[in-house]
Amino acid sequence: MAVKEKEEKPPMAPMGTWAPAVALGWLIPGGGHFLLKRTGRGVLLLVAITSMFVCGLMMRGAMFQPQTGDMLTTLINVGGFIGDVAGGILYLLTVWLGYSQVDMAGHVHDYGTKFLVMAGLLNILAMVDAFEIAAGRKE
Amino acid sequence: MPKMNLSHFEAAFLFSVFTSVVMGIVTKNNDRDRLHYGVYTFACFMLALFGLGWVMYLGHG
Repeated sequence: MAVKEKEEKPPMAPMGTWAPAVALGWLIPGGGHFLLKRTGRGVLLLVAITSMFVCGLMMRGAMFQPQTGDMLTTLINVGGFIGDVAGGILYLLTVWLGYSQVDMAGHVHDYGTKFLVMAGLLNILAMVDAFEIAAGRKE
Repeated sequence: MPKMNLSHFEAAFLFSVFTSVVMGIVTKNNDRDRLHYGVYTFACFMLALFGLGWVMYLGHG
């Protein structure tokens, strides 16, 4: 009888090796890659994510507030808020400088709201990539 | 800040470009694969965009 062997996970790298890259990656899109000397990829991430966020702002997209209520309301608003906050310095500057818009009807505003959230979600992917590079799991 | 007025197609096109760039970078392990995967992702977005566009056009009657 064949015995299934459990795949052994690689041991977790110490927090000190990846935490600065992940934190900088949150604050500045692509920042983790810059810290890890992956400049080309860092530049592409910075340009793509920042452009998406700025397009969202120029489309007058709305920022989510973490409202709770029924499950769908909670999911949309808390999920959207997390996506917005994941934009790092872009989110902070937008709120601090008063560029945050109220929610308005219209397809352009709706696309703008999605662009803002998606920029944050893409930044989370970039942070995960920075983590994997810093932890030695990826080149 | 200037206002940007885009059509559905323009907005979806921009969305596809930015998303494909990031997906290409974070998914693969070397530059050649990254470029291929970015282009592949963008092509999939475009296929879905035109495909769904035609479905909606034909379904509308």
